[in-house]
Amino acid sequence: MSSAPAVVVDDVSKQFRLYKERNQSLKAAMMRGGRASYEEYWALRDVSFEIEEGSTFALIGENGSGKSTLLKCIARILNPERGTIRTAGSVAALLELGSGFHPELSGRENVFLNGSILGMSKRELERKFDEIVDFAGIEPFIDQPVKNYSSGMYMRLGFSVAINVDPDILLVDEVLAVGDAAFQDKCMEKFAEFRRAGKTVVIVSHAMGSMRTLCDQAAWLDHGNLLEVGRADHIVDRYVDKGHEVADAAAPVAVEGVAEARWGSGEARLTGVRLLDAGGTPRTQFHTSDPVTVRMEYECSTRIERPVFGLAMENLDGVYVWAHNTRDAGLELPAIQGPGHVDLQIPRLMLQPHTFDLIASIVDHTTTHTYDFLRHCYRFTVEAEPDKPRESGGILALDGRWTAGEFAPLASEALH
Amino acid sequence: MSVVDDLKDSRGLLVNLTLREVRGKYKRTLLGQGWSLLNPIATLLIYTMVFGFVLRVPVPVGDPSGLQQFALYLACGLLPWTFFNNAVSSGMGSLIANANLLRKVFFWRPTLVFATVFSWNVTFAIEMLVLVGALLIFGAMPLPWLPVVVLAIVLLTMFALGIALLLSVANVYFRDTQHFVTIGMQLWFYATPIVYPYSLIQEQAARMRAGGNGFPLETVYRLNPLERFVSVFRAPLYDNTFPYWGDLLFCAVAAVASLLIGIAVFNRSQHRLVEEL
Repeated sequence: MSSAPAVVVDDVSKQFRLYKERNQSLKAAMMRGGRASYEEYWALRDVSFEIEEGSTFALIGENGSGKSTLLKCIARILNPERGTIRTAGSVAALLELGSGFHPELSGRENVFLNGSILGMSKRELERKFDEIVDFAGIEPFIDQPVKNYSSGMYMRLGFSVAINVDPDILLVDEVLAVGDAAFQDKCMEKFAEFRRAGKTVVIVSHAMGSMRTLCDQAAWLDHGNLLEVGRADHIVDRYVDKGHEVADAAAPVAVEGVAEARWGSGEARLTGVRLLDAGGTPRTQFHTSDPVTVRMEYECSTRIERPVFGLAMENLDGVYVWAHNTRDAGLELPAIQGPGHVDLQIPRLMLQPHTFDLIASIVDHTTTHTYDFLRHCYRFTVEAEPDKPRESGGILALDGRWTAGEFAPLASEALH
Repeated sequence: MSVVDDLKDSRGLLVNLTLREVRGKYKRTLLGQGWSLLNPIATLLIYTMVFGFVLRVPVPVGDPSGLQQFALYLACGLLPWTFFNNAVSSGMGSLIANANLLRKVFFWRPTLVFATVFSWNVTFAIEMLVLVGALLIFGAMPLPWLPVVVLAIVLLTMFALGIALLLSVANVYFRDTQHFVTIGMQLWFYATPIVYPYSLIQEQAARMRAGGNGFPLETVYRLNPLERFVSVFRAPLYDNTFPYWGDLLFCAVAAVASLLIGIAVFNRSQHRLVEEL
């Protein structure tokens, strides 16, 4: 790996104008004497770092930290107000797939169009055409207009064209999650090939797990300021830890306004649903196999006999992961009145890293009448346990342990 | 000149974007590219009815072609005008129409305006071929003068490009532009001798002089570059002669000036272009 920088970001600042009232009509302009009033907003402030040639570099930070702005500046789509960005070699950006596609034109025509937008010559495209179509896996449809493509096909073709541009520096903005598992594997392979060929890759992503393993170096941006540059695994770890602190400080208690939907007759109302850690502190981020307590606080205006409290969980993809209620647990609550709370203790949170939403309810003992029902009232994320092997995939963590029995002797030895 | 280099570097893209415009224009229509002929023919018919038949605009005799056909006289001015109008109007909107592309990919931005204007050149070329055919049928002989026509097309394209470049960025920062341009184009159309011959302006100017009005109508009228362009197109096509050198020179200066100003304005204002889209 050579140490010559592929990208030099030198003291870059980017300012956006936040218009109070947009000046796009004549009337507005006249009223204001030709000047639109706007506030200055610095999306990037004095950011400097270098990206080594041949490295895979991650830009991380919260939403609005300026990482996508910086990526667009490197791609020359945006021009910084101050500072310069120098790049050694050709640059291609995967910011949105198939953004140059014309819906009425065929896949074939669009490959040539999109390829030339990304800077490929006609000859190059002709040479790579079969590979592109092959990679996208849409040969039978290549002469159909792309408006008839499924969104998956559309994205795959877009990705396939872009990845075949073969630039010296590839900029990627959260497009790694395209298509089905098989296609994702192909993409990962292509990235690996790309890195082996000594090309530089700059990635913006929220998928911290894959960033940690995929990237060599990382830069951490916060509100337009560069906090840290260095080894990707160190920075990702620190970033994730920081995320915990922030999330914990502002652990949501409120139910109103947080829940996606609420219904019920309202004699009993849930006033707070939260997840507590072992120390009783509300948190939104946990590690696999942490002990967790779900506390449901309620306020009951009249006396309710034999209520049933229920909890359910969905993941972000809408998969119904789990549900449990007091009746099925065999807990008979005689009656409730006024404020109070019930707790559900979970000794080990056996979930793999993912984001989950809670659904909480109070119903009558027949579970046919709903007093209060809150859909997606509490969102929490699960991270892998630090310094421990994590299970390979899926939603559930089963804490499986591999052991190997006695190995059978090799066939050749068995013959003797 | 860096602009020439940029244009050279992005010629592959330019060709593909132009093809996209040409192909996309009449996709999913039964008549396809036929529309690019039907539209001007319909306009020609309407104007011929109104101005040739109802209002009875005097039809100049082609000199030396001897042609006296209002529809053909009209076509020689109307087709260049239609090209100019289409090129400027859609070239002006090309940045906003491709906002998604501009936000996601870097390339030489004027390519979009160039491609849109050039796509109308394709339509224009087809129309001109049909017009030359019609002229031949009616006994004119424009063939030896075709190089002049090609030169006129090149100059008109440059002129339209400059204006489209200028208006395209103006339109991004200031969306009223397109509506002003629509009105402006109507005015410009009637300020140009397309549906009526220049001789009517001369007569009016003579009447004004006779009435003691000192307004230099002819001089002002002839400041309009499109008036020059129309006469540069009509000379080889309708009259079958070489256009006036003065007119040709005027067109060339207007074309170069327009293009230079257009590019300069575009370069100056493209810094914040993507954010304003």
